[in-house]
Amino acid sequence: MKILVCISNVPDTTAKITFTDNDTRLNKNGVQYIIGPYDDYALARGVELKEQSGGTLTVLHVGEADADPQIRKALAIGADDAIRINADPLDSYFVAVQIAHVAQQNNYDLILMGRESIDYNSGVVHGLVGEMLGIASYSPVMKLDIEGGSATISREIDGGKEILKAPLPLVLGCQEPIAEWKIPNMRGIMTARTKPLNVVEPVSLDEMTVPEKYFLPAPKGACKMIPAAEAGTLIRLLRTEAKVL
Amino acid sequence: MSVLIYVELDNGSIKKTSLEAVAYGAKVAENTGDKAVVLAIGQAASSELEIAGKYGASKVLHASDEKLSHENSLAYADVLAQAAGQEGSKIIILSKSGLGDAMAARAAAKLKAGVVSGVTALPEINGSFKVTRGIFTGKAFATTEMKSDIKILVVKKNVIEIDENDVASASAVIETFSPQLRDADFQASVVNVEKASSELSLTEAQVIVSGGRGMKGPEHWQPLLDLARALGAATGCSKPVSDLDWRPHHEHIGQTGIKVAPNLYIACGISGAIQHLAGVNGSKCIVVINKDPEAPFFKAADYGIVGDVFEILPKLTEAAKNM
Repeated sequence: MKILVCISNVPDTTAKITFTDNDTRLNKNGVQYIIGPYDDYALARGVELKEQSGGTLTVLHVGEADADPQIRKALAIGADDAIRINADPLDSYFVAVQIAHVAQQNNYDLILMGRESIDYNSGVVHGLVGEMLGIASYSPVMKLDIEGGSATISREIDGGKEILKAPLPLVLGCQEPIAEWKIPNMRGIMTARTKPLNVVEPVSLDEMTVPEKYFLPAPKGACKMIPAAEAGTLIRLLRTEAKVL
Repeated sequence: MSVLIYVELDNGSIKKTSLEAVAYGAKVAENTGDKAVVLAIGQAASSELEIAGKYGASKVLHASDEKLSHENSLAYADVLAQAAGQEGSKIIILSKSGLGDAMAARAAAKLKAGVVSGVTALPEINGSFKVTRGIFTGKAFATTEMKSDIKILVVKKNVIEIDENDVASASAVIETFSPQLRDADFQASVVNVEKASSELSLTEAQVIVSGGRGMKGPEHWQPLLDLARALGAATGCSKPVSDLDWRPHHEHIGQTGIKVAPNLYIACGISGAIQHLAGVNGSKCIVVINKDPEAPFFKAADYGIVGDVFEILPKLTEAAKNM
């Protein structure tokens, strides 16, 4: 089975977000970058499936060279090779076109990625890629098993879950508990150094959406403290003052 | 020309978040001089669909083919794209949900449309078309220019206030819509659907009562459930609680769980890790109950009570019952 796992390179979940260049760019100073948490789940399940089926796993990232440490980490976790599309993507459509272009040349059985990136939170790349390739896409997938060219998928729906059986090839957006995150071991780190990381230039396309300016939410007002002994008065305040009940 | 708005149905009724999308779409249509047309897919009575008229829609396209009775994002996206083609829609609006994102994505690829998900305000239309959306899980916002000919917007909950007591008396015309369905969109078979029908959906709920490790175990959840019942609220939990299997995974709220935006979010025994805050920062009002006065969640709260949740929750429940 040929598996492609797409990963994002995002600020750590605890990173303080600020902007620079007159609020037109993210301030990367002092920001620790990680593989997107949802993509990490996709990668972990991809590695498990590869080990079960004896196939190959390629990891793909659309981004610049500063993402190479994260790509190497994915190789250390178990990917066989990597592709980096050399671009600074600011639009989901652009990212999807790049992934679809690579996928069209390689006939993957399974394309996995996180349900969304935690920087731009769009949650649309898997659907875009699926449609561009003319194959089915499902998200968010919490459980995935492959048997005989068909996938059994458990995915979250509003207030519950749905179990689907669908033929490969598929594009899937993943989330926990699809697999346990994997931590690279020393052998993995050493072998990752020799695995191929191919850098290719992006396919050009018309701009669809262009971020113009970034800003932070307005600061929160002070928290109104209610004495524990008078807890019941909170309900009245929520009705009459906050008007949320 | 028209602005096309997709509405999600729940047991034959238009979801509240979708009515917000209709109101949003009607305002956009007013701005562009177009009509607001709604698309509904699935089984629903005409009387239910006509309600879209009260929120500004002039017409509802209703695709009710039996094959579309079960939610199918692939087929639904195809129906949406065909409806947009029929109506000559250059602006398509959906409400933010798993289905909304999936449909928007696939329809965008079909129509070669720019797509922006997580929109938090009405667009700025002034020679250009700009939208604001939440990024970094609500820690920041981006103003984005949409340059494509066809534009798809996925709008977050609570972006637009709708007051059910203050809507127009107009009703929309219902038109049967019979799209071409593709066999390729029906290759997956549904093995099973597990849905807690008695539970309120977290994404739709106006009030959420949520518990963390301070609840001390699954056997101590009753006081929280009692308050939720008294307030007509949905229940949620923090990631550690979900990881420990104290509560089902679909209740997990946070950066890697469900992002919620209720009118009122009550956090019981949750310290407020940054990843949890990222999932609730769309709430209008946050109440934090925690015995630790230094809990970081108090910094993000509107109201706080320092004390033992097991003493405070029954008091709140009592007060809520007497409301």
